[in-house]
Amino acid sequence: MAHRLEKGGRLIDRSQPLGFRFNGRDLEGFEGDTLASALLANDRVLVGRSFKYHRPRGIVASGAEEPNALFGVGAGNRFEPNQRATTTELHAGMEAISQNHWPSLDFDIGAVNAAVASMLPVFSAGFYYKTFMYPRAAWKHVYEPFIRRAAGLGKAPSERDPDSYEHLHAHTDVLVIGGGIAGLAAAREAAASGARVLLVEQTAHWGGRALAEAETRIDGVPAADWATARAAELEADPSVVTRLRTMAAGLYDHGYALLYERVSDHRPGTPGAPRHRLWRVRAKQIVVATGAIERPLTFAGNDTPGVMLAGAVRDYIRLYGVCPGRRAIVYANNDDAYRTALALHEAGAEVVGIVDVRHDAEGALPEMARALQIPIHEGRGIARARGGKRLEGVEIGRLKSGTEIGGAGPAETVDLVAMSGGWSPVVHLYSHCGGKLAWDDTALMFRPHPEAGAPLGPDGEINTRCAGAANGELTSAPCLADARMAGRAAAEAAGFTPGPELPVPAVEEPAEQPVAAHWFTPSRDKYAHGTKHFVDFQNDVTAADVRLAAREGYESVEHTKRYTTLGMATDQGKTSNINGLALLAEALGAPIQKVGTTTFRPPYTPISMGAIAGQAAGPLFKAVRQTPMHGWHAANGADFEPVGDWERPYCYRREGESREAAVRREVLNARGHVGLLDASTLGKIAVKGPDAGVFLDRIYTNMMSTLKPGRCRYGLMCNENGFLFDDGVVVRTGADSFLLHTTSGGSDRVAGHLEEWLQTEWWDLEVYVQNVTDHWAQIAVAGPEARRLIEAAGTDADISADALPFMAFAEGTVAGCPARIFRISFSGELSYEIATPAGHGLALWQALHAAGEAFGAMPYGTEALHVMRAEKGFIMIGDETDGTVTPQDLGLHWAVSKKKDDFLGKRAQSRADLIRPNRKQLVGLSTEDPAEVLPDGAHAVEDIDAPKPMRTIGHVTSSYFSPTLDRSIAMALIERGSERMGETLLFPVGEDKVIRAEVVSPVFYDAAGERQNV
Amino acid sequence: MLLITCPNCGADCAETELAPGGEAHLERFGPGSTDEDFAGYLFTRKNPKGVHFERWRHAFGCGKWFHAARCTVTLEVFGTYPAQVTEPPAEIVERIRARRPNWEG
Repeated sequence: MAHRLEKGGRLIDRSQPLGFRFNGRDLEGFEGDTLASALLANDRVLVGRSFKYHRPRGIVASGAEEPNALFGVGAGNRFEPNQRATTTELHAGMEAISQNHWPSLDFDIGAVNAAVASMLPVFSAGFYYKTFMYPRAAWKHVYEPFIRRAAGLGKAPSERDPDSYEHLHAHTDVLVIGGGIAGLAAAREAAASGARVLLVEQTAHWGGRALAEAETRIDGVPAADWATARAAELEADPSVVTRLRTMAAGLYDHGYALLYERVSDHRPGTPGAPRHRLWRVRAKQIVVATGAIERPLTFAGNDTPGVMLAGAVRDYIRLYGVCPGRRAIVYANNDDAYRTALALHEAGAEVVGIVDVRHDAEGALPEMARALQIPIHEGRGIARARGGKRLEGVEIGRLKSGTEIGGAGPAETVDLVAMSGGWSPVVHLYSHCGGKLAWDDTALMFRPHPEAGAPLGPDGEINTRCAGAANGELTSAPCLADARMAGRAAAEAAGFTPGPELPVPAVEEPAEQPVAAHWFTPSRDKYAHGTKHFVDFQNDVTAADVRLAAREGYESVEHTKRYTTLGMATDQGKTSNINGLALLAEALGAPIQKVGTTTFRPPYTPISMGAIAGQAAGPLFKAVRQTPMHGWHAANGADFEPVGDWERPYCYRREGESREAAVRREVLNARGHVGLLDASTLGKIAVKGPDAGVFLDRIYTNMMSTLKPGRCRYGLMCNENGFLFDDGVVVRTGADSFLLHTTSGGSDRVAGHLEEWLQTEWWDLEVYVQNVTDHWAQIAVAGPEARRLIEAAGTDADISADALPFMAFAEGTVAGCPARIFRISFSGELSYEIATPAGHGLALWQALHAAGEAFGAMPYGTEALHVMRAEKGFIMIGDETDGTVTPQDLGLHWAVSKKKDDFLGKRAQSRADLIRPNRKQLVGLSTEDPAEVLPDGAHAVEDIDAPKPMRTIGHVTSSYFSPTLDRSIAMALIERGSERMGETLLFPVGEDKVIRAEVVSPVFYDAAGERQNV
Repeated sequence: MLLITCPNCGADCAETELAPGGEAHLERFGPGSTDEDFAGYLFTRKNPKGVHFERWRHAFGCGKWFHAARCTVTLEVFGTYPAQVTEPPAEIVERIRARRPNWEG
């Protein structure tokens, strides 16, 4: 059984016991424990059920690569699913629950899957594709809900996250990723050259694997002490920034790195501290010193709780003072695993043997094991691990060939198998942005191969280097030498002159014999219960699945991955990818190099959504633009709607009033008396310069250079494809200055469009463009009483019909506020739009309301604005246009100049497709039933009896109930619409309902325009 | 994420500061041009594997458009230059030839 040792445990503080709860039971650990080490200390060997088969699973690893031990951690609003126990630091009061089981961890009904699977090919590779094909409807209602309940990975939190998260931008000369001996050595060399260094380590401690290795000494002291001392030096160095608990999640082009700092996960709710911090780093040079990950061995029952990675067993003993078993066996293809036998022996466990697939285990480490009288079984393998919720024993056999294992090997009763299939460099980050790998057939690993491609900086030179174990140097002396070189090279490439070489650390370490290739241990009974050889523990992918995929023709590793789901779980195959592709290569009879790896993608381990969002949550999620009158609107019943980035009143509701009633009241009041609209959001762009007129002639479809100062003209803008993209009134404010009004959502786009043409095509023109939208508040005063209202508010401008006719412009003051007065109308009523500097906006708005009381003035919102413009047949960009509509389609020929040689869109408007007669054209629609309002977007058909899918001839672009006309009105784009006046169109709108409407002119109200021209 | 120097203000811009503008040095065809020339101007774009001249705008900075010579394979930026030219300046071409002797641009 797993237990806490009497002494030892470099990282724990035995004077600080911590209480925590696991599946509702109170347990105890120590300060410095991970959740995983604390569970093992309490002999919690069974920690979860597997994804597909619901097999009992235990802790396999001690770090980020852990596939099994995923928990829901925290409670209430701090609950989070799928937390790896091995990287979760224990804190007092922690609550953790296991996942993937029902009704309980000990008795799980889903395990029936596994029983069935032993007889039928259930859940084998491609099972879902093959089984759940038919009947089609069953997928949605039967298969998927069942599978989701059975196979879910954790529960989503149900409450709002109370914690805060932040982003931090940083620049550095050299970023060193990984705080093991390689990272420390590289950082030290880079800093000695004068470079600014950022050194990060994903765990809470410096030293990496060195902390657990007793057989290695550097500079005369244990490697762990050497690492701790170097880390302390670097922490004190002002040119080095160090961060623990900070994982590099991804490397991107040109030295951009994302780092994920877990600031207060180990102290939840620390006041003033964010929970996570996402570092957005731009580094001139990057050193990747991320170490290596141990591979499991693939044998029958290798997923039984109690089968662990050998390096992890050593970690639990030496770092946490926890021995994961009392009777142990080591199973390996390399020398490194012998260190675990030594550690187990030292911890007082009985090491009943070391099963080594090699025939000649004669290195220094095997000799040390022999000296301790530990039996070594050479040329043998574990044919099967026995046990259910806990390992009971193993059967050992002589390895005959790749597919056969001999009988009569000893059977041993053990509660721990420490396995090691060799080590794989963590090349994930290196591969994220172009680093190429090569298979090393001797060291049995993919290692960086910069000759074939490496991450590059903007100058085209290498900017990222792997160092130490991540570069394939697994033993300490070459690891340190490699890392020191990488650190110096990085500093030099970042523009620093390396100083004199630091003294070479003296390493004492047992020499190691080569690792042997062994990707699969055969079992004796092929189909007996418990003979599954797991490759990917988290996604329950077996060696048989990989071979089945190969037999079924999946030759590409990328296809095999998707077919079997190998490496697609939340651990992204950290322990399984190499084993899986080696098995695939074997099955295909191809070299591993040729099969290659799947693509490594960020993040290295999952990062929180909170960290990705950073501060952009709640009210900061999206910037909202508000006008100077916003507070008044809010205080006067405004029902807001988003318009572009703006918040605008849709209508102003009175006590007990519905939206519809409010809109109706606002429209009728503006038509009958006078209404006030906050039009500040209208885009306003100042265009100045001696060539402004020439420029605007090219930008607008109509002529602007002939506009007289003090006059306004409605203009259309097209793109080079000939399609309408913005419209608005242009005012000539002076001889060489214009004010362009754009749509509310379009001002930035239009300003950018003007700049683009000025800077990149017509740079000979002297024209200056400024987006002044925010500089001005603007108020529309619309209705028969508009003139009298403004006069009552007080103005020094002559706004009489003669002095300021329709489409004229005057400057002066209104109610004491500086004002630009435009006689323009989007409602069809007598209308003035008054612009005042933004700071006066609220005062002018209030003054106009005060003066308007006598005339029955009311504010109106965007919906009344829309209704009134639709009654007048005025188009709205985005309703009547969708990026494929020309001015001619909308009947706006009068606004497209025939005299001008050129304007944007002119050439396109003579293309065959834009002049074909059957284009969709704007029409009005009058429903047969005046109370029936057509749905927006409804499609028209000519023949209602045509078989489905029916050909449609156009669609409704705007549709309202008009309070003015007391009937429904609509506009639509209909094929050959202008030829269809008087025709009745059919609109099937779902079920069996068909709405009939007559094609009419889109101008429903005051076609002669008499109301605005008084 | 690319790092490109704005030739107007000199800032080393992260890609998120910039707005891309597609192929540089397009010749505009207007009224009077043939359908073929006009369609080419509107729709036909180079998509080279290697050296490419492209337009960028320092949208969240000085606001100026500029051109960049960049390798679409290695993402190496050979240089940036103002947008008010109809072909890449000689020193940019020289730099590309020094880095890509086989370039046939």
